[in-house]
This record gives sequence, C-alpha cells and structure tokens, in this order.
Amino acid sequence: MKRLMLTAAVLAFSAAAASGQDVVRMGTEGLYPPFNFINDATGALDGFEIELGNILCERAGFACEWVVNDWDTIIPNLVAGNYDTIIAGMSITDARREMISFTEAYKRASPSAYMALAGTDPSVIDDGVIAVQSNTVQAGLVAEGTATLLEFPTPDDTISAVRNGEADAVLADREFLLPFMTDSGGELEFIGDAVTPGDGIGMGIRQSDDDLRAAFNAAIAAVKEDGTLNELLTRWFGEDEPLF
Amino acid sequence: MFAFCTDPSILPDWQWFACYLTSGTHLAFYRSFLVVILLLSVTAPVALAMGMAGALALRSHFVPINLIGRGYVNMVRGVPDIVFFLFVPIALGQGIEWILHHIHCPDWDQPIRRGNDFIVCREAKVPPVGASAWARNVYSFTMAVVAFALVFGAFVANTLYGAMQAVPRAQVETAEAYGMSRAQAFRRVVMPQMWVFALPGLSNIWQILIKSTPLLFLLGIQDAVYWARELGGAKTSLFTYPHPDWRVWYFLVLLVFYLFLTWISERGFGWLTHRLSRGQATAEGDRLRRRTA
Repeated sequence: MKRLMLTAAVLAFSAAAASGQDVVRMGTEGLYPPFNFINDATGALDGFEIELGNILCERAGFACEWVVNDWDTIIPNLVAGNYDTIIAGMSITDARREMISFTEAYKRASPSAYMALAGTDPSVIDDGVIAVQSNTVQAGLVAEGTATLLEFPTPDDTISAVRNGEADAVLADREFLLPFMTDSGGELEFIGDAVTPGDGIGMGIRQSDDDLRAAFNAAIAAVKEDGTLNELLTRWFGEDEPLF
Repeated sequence: MFAFCTDPSILPDWQWFACYLTSGTHLAFYRSFLVVILLLSVTAPVALAMGMAGALALRSHFVPINLIGRGYVNMVRGVPDIVFFLFVPIALGQGIEWILHHIHCPDWDQPIRRGNDFIVCREAKVPPVGASAWARNVYSFTMAVVAFALVFGAFVANTLYGAMQAVPRAQVETAEAYGMSRAQAFRRVVMPQMWVFALPGLSNIWQILIKSTPLLFLLGIQDAVYWARELGGAKTSLFTYPHPDWRVWYFLVLLVFYLFLTWISERGFGWLTHRLSRGQATAEGDRLRRRTA
C-alpha cells in the first residue's frame, strides 16, 4: 500500500515536469576549491568545473542540474542512477575504469604536492604520517609508499589534521593546497612534489551510457578547439596551468 | 542581504558578521533546521502508525500476520540503523523502477542489470526523467521518511505491544464479563489505558529519533550537520568570507539546538504523562486521585 501510494505520488509529480531538453544530472562534491565548491556569498555551487559543466551542457543541448554528493559514495550513487555524470576533479585511473567510464580529459594530470607546517623535515614524505582524502589517487600513492597513510572523508579534514599535528603532511592536488599555503602567512609550506598518476581529469559516466559519453566528448572537443577551455583553465588555475 | 555587503573584505567587524551570517550558505543552514523539524513531524506519526500496525500484528492470533509482525520487529531491531538507511532507499527505489519497467516496457529485451549498472527504460525512471529539482527533493525526502518510519516503527511496535500487555488483565476480564467481544474490549478498555504504559518507551524512541536526524545526509539531504561542517571548515581567500576553522562554534550551535529540542520534548512528554495518568490504576494515577480527593 505504502509503495503504491508512493508510486502514485511520484507519478503525480512527473506531470508537472516539462518535456523538451534532456535533463542531465551532474554529480559533484562541492568541497574542493577551486574545482568545485559552494560559493559562500550566494550559497550556489561555483568553481572551474561548475562553469565548465554548464558550458558543456549548453553545447550538448542538455538542461543540467547539479547534485552535491559525498566523495566516498560518489561512484556508487552514479552507478545507482542518482545522477548521470561525475564532474568532481576525478582523475581518470584504471581502477575507476572498472566501475565507471570516463569522457576525454578536460584538464591535464595536475601535480600533487606535500604541504606541512613550516620547518617540517621533507623526510616525513617517506617515513611520516601523511593525510589524504580517502578514495583519491593521492591515497593510492601514499598506500604504495613507505609513509603511514591517514585517510579523511573530506579535503578540509586533511588540512586540519596537519594544522593540529595529527599528520606530518598532507598530499593533495597542488591547486587545492595553494590558497591554504598563501593564506597561512608562512605557517604552512610545500615540502615536496609528487606526480599524480592517471590520465588527467575527466567526467565519470556510467559504462552503459554510451550516448551521453559521446555527447560530452563532442562538447569537450569543441571547447578545446575554440579556446574556451584554455581560457577557463588559465582563469581558475593561473598562467602555469598546462593548456590543450 | 544588506546593501553594504558588496565587498566584505573592507568592512568593520560587526558589519562583516552581519553580512557573513546572512550569506547564501547561512540562509541554507537556517533552512536545514526547518527540514530537520519537518522530517521529525512527518516521521513521528508515520512511525507511530507503523508501530501500531506492528503491535497489532504481534498480538494477532492469526499465525501468518503474527509471523509478519515478529519478522518485521526482530529483523529491523537486529540490523544497524545505518544499514537500513543505506539499504531502504536503494532497494525501494530500484524495486519501484523494476515494477514500473515491467509495466511500461514489457518488450524491452536488454537485461536490467548490466555489470555495475541498473538500467530501466526511460518511462520507468523514478523520479521521472526531466522531473524538477523540487520533485526530486520531495522524492528523496519521502524516501527518508519511509526509511526512518520503517526503523523506528519496529521499536514503537515493541513498546506498544508491551504497553498493551501491561493493561491489567482484570480490566479485560471485567469487560468480557460485561459481554464485550475481544475487539470491543480492546477498543474500549485496552486502547485508552495503554498509552500511559507506552509513554516512557515512546519518549525514549522520540529522543533517539531526534538524535538520528543527522543520518539524513546519507540519503542525500543536506541537513543541519552537513551545513555546520561545510560552513565551519576553513575558508581560503578564494571565498568571499575567508576564515579559519570555525567548526567548533558551528557544532556548539548544533549542540544547543538538539539540547533545546530534546528539552522541549521532555517537557511535552511530562505534560502528556500527567494528563494521561488521570483515573489510571497506576502509581501516578493514584497520586493524582489522592490530591483531588
């Protein structure tokens, strides 16, 4: 009975839904500036990927809706159909390819960096405690090395862990760490670089969604072609960002 | 919000805070408290109804219904809440889609499960393809209510069952001696009297329900705890209102909110107990009788 009522209610809602453009639901994390974050003045999503995603949707003729989801469950919820794409600074790796498929990269593999309190000996990279966000390529990198891995669910927690001494250093994308370092007035500094594995950053799409992947691949090729993507990359990540 | 908020970085402290506390994200934070209260006020009656159905099933002499009641209560009570909150929306969502798929697309020849993916035809999507964000919010909220009601209904069922058994047997026997049927005796004698026995248990469950609402974020609903974590986290100069890690203040606000909520409910239940004890064959009822006499 409950199920029946629920179904009826849901069907009633659908009557209000407008047809026309295909609605594509874009899943993102909203905690990873400057890739994707929640603009604190407006309360809306903002960032490189939000801007890019809206442009791609416009090019491909989709009406896009944004969905915020925890990083840890972002792949399962895509597979379960709660949204149709992941656009959340996700590196294209073989391990993830077993679960989902990716579009062409819209950003080249970005360098990762180790950030620690000023004066920390760089040897902690090999024998210290390194904070990373769980299920990231950086987590995989530390797990393969000799340092002790300390995982956190959000990128924010990894910085706090370094600040309060729980971890010796944090390993993350350099672009994400940079504002924290420049804001800290010398309290935090980079102590080393690491190469981010993977084939750049792309949109995650269900393996069976061939049409959607083709549509976004075409849109990404178009923005690469006419320089829109390069303009976005330079604006959000600075002059040093490798372009297409 | 205010006219002077265009460039917060040059504002004096009080104006900065006035702008900060009325920013878009903060308004969403305040709204999330309403979502929590709305969820509680919708879930409580639904869970109570589920519990009543469960308790009646437990009392039933008809074996299949009795078994269903037992199965429901014992299964839900034996599985961690968090598993149910993850399981119910996915299983229920896919279940509905599966049924709709078979109704709308009987001649679909591809498999529904393909590797990791669960694929049904366009018409069977729930919420439907192209549904508005509002409809999707209502859908996920409904899923949350169903999950909460299922879990808490089982606890309510056991409490109500215990309360029904606690009504003195002599009362029911007297009712039967007056010629009432089993159903009549239940309706006229057991039902009005059981609540006073059920209240302590129900108040426990209600308090636990209040404290469980942060599980909402698991279901994709941005509740007060999600926003407190998001707002309190350190903000770099990339943001309009940069600040260091302020999570401790935000969690303090949550602490006050939840304590206030539980304190109010405690008082509400105290009043209810007092009210329902009138004329009851319990210690509290006795005390009330003596005071008026």
